[in-house]
Amino acid sequence: MVKRIYLDHAATTPTDPQVVEAMLPYFMKAFGNPSTLYSLGREAKAAMEEARDKVAFSIGARSEEIVFTSGGTEANNFALEGVTFANERKGSHIITTSIEHHAVLETCKFLEKRGFKVTYLPVDEYGLVYPEDVRKAITDKTILISVMHANNEVGTIEPIAEVGKIAREKEIYFHTDAVQTAGAIPINVDELNVDLLSMSSHKLYGPKGIGALYIRKGTRMIPLLHGGEQERKRRAGTENVPGIIGFGKAMEIAQAQMEQKQCQIANLRDKLIKGLFERIDGIRLNGHPLQRLPNNVSVCIEGVEGEAMLLNLDMKGICASSGSACTSGSLEPSHVLLAIGVPSQVAHGSLRFTLGRATKGEDIDYVLDVVVEIVNKLWAMSAV
Amino acid sequence: MYSEKVMEHFANPRNVGEIENPDGVGVAGNPICGDVMKLLIKVKGDTIIDVKFKTLGCGAAIATSSMVTEMVKGKTIDEALRISNKTVAEALDGLPPIKMHCSVLAEQALHAAVKDYLGRKNKS
Ligand code: FES
Repeated sequence: MVKRIYLDHAATTPTDPQVVEAMLPYFMKAFGNPSTLYSLGREAKAAMEEARDKVAFSIGARSEEIVFTSGGTEANNFALEGVTFANERKGSHIITTSIEHHAVLETCKFLEKRGFKVTYLPVDEYGLVYPEDVRKAITDKTILISVMHANNEVGTIEPIAEVGKIAREKEIYFHTDAVQTAGAIPINVDELNVDLLSMSSHKLYGPKGIGALYIRKGTRMIPLLHGGEQERKRRAGTENVPGIIGFGKAMEIAQAQMEQKQCQIANLRDKLIKGLFERIDGIRLNGHPLQRLPNNVSVCIEGVEGEAMLLNLDMKGICASSGSACTSGSLEPSHVLLAIGVPSQVAHGSLRFTLGRATKGEDIDYVLDVVVEIVNKLWAMSAV
Repeated sequence: MYSEKVMEHFANPRNVGEIENPDGVGVAGNPICGDVMKLLIKVKGDTIIDVKFKTLGCGAAIATSSMVTEMVKGKTIDEALRISNKTVAEALDGLPPIKMHCSVLAEQALHAAVKDYLGRKNKS
């Protein structure tokens, strides 16, 4: 068996064993429905509220401002549709960026079909959105601005606080997709000036199928799901109690380890980037060199194709990802790489490694050796 | 998503490389995703006695390149022209639908190489 080195933490993370342990009692013992009166339900409810406190605390929010969802996608859908449909009378214009996750972009496309106007702001070659561009795009019809906290593909961290300041000044709701940053870097909703913020548990060593939307008190929005009165009538449906408990625990662990892990992972990230640049010609770094997620390494290597690299890496036990046209269902290169100005044929050789808590220095050494070997093999085979 | 055969050819591609003084050269590019395949043949009498390829492309592109070289080796020119992307894909136990276009690359490069050979022959 080849050893496995998992470097796709932006896709998902393994659930922390402590998280699994915290969840277990809520499947068979304290399985009660939190909406019920008897102690079995109250017990579940109490644990759920404790988890809510943990999630709220981690982003500097109040507990009642947290609504649990089925994950990041639902949180993004909820934020965009909830705000726009509730504020239709005020206006019909939304501002977002061209590098958002599909959960935001596709929701915007859906809203366009329903009559809303959407401005997709460009980014610079590092993937940065300019707050001044946001200001210029605002019209008297603008009801929502949505800019991701950090990009999942190229790792660039956006100037959210500055954009938020403008939004606040103009009294426009501001949403940020923080799926890649929650639990990874410090977040404070007041410092960021956001009204809505999406999170996903499985990106921070919690279980899949659970996430949350932070909704600042006073934000006008309508629910996405209708039914019972759960989550203060903002999200119907019996709560995913074990998931919520797991999410809370995962967030607590992430907070406790953040400072140390952030630094450790960033050092390994820099080691990997440096090694790749020293050993491979014709390579470029995607995203901002400094303002980037501690765990993201995104590069393009000339003269190789991403899928062929991923398959070769997999044979050596390494899990990574690529934005190459050949790896996408649509046979289009990643919209993020195109937006930062990478030509299609260069995006063809894109490769992303996202490191995690368990990544070690020796893993990076191994990955470097393997990548160099694979690139040389593919170059030797290449027709150009 | 790939069959074992595809993965086997991808991991150990046959006939990678160049031929000195080839009798025919075919290059095909995939306009959809930008992949390129080059195929070279050596012909004796009417038979393809050697064939080599070079490809920049995805797993399916590399596997179909490898497979098509195996299929044409020892075949006559006419037989080679009858090889289509479908027969190559079938020989690989199928390709995912979205990857069928990659096998077109192999067919086009092969046919281009054969035509190049025929063109050269007519001139001399
Ligand atoms: S050649 Fe690009 S998808 Fe196969």
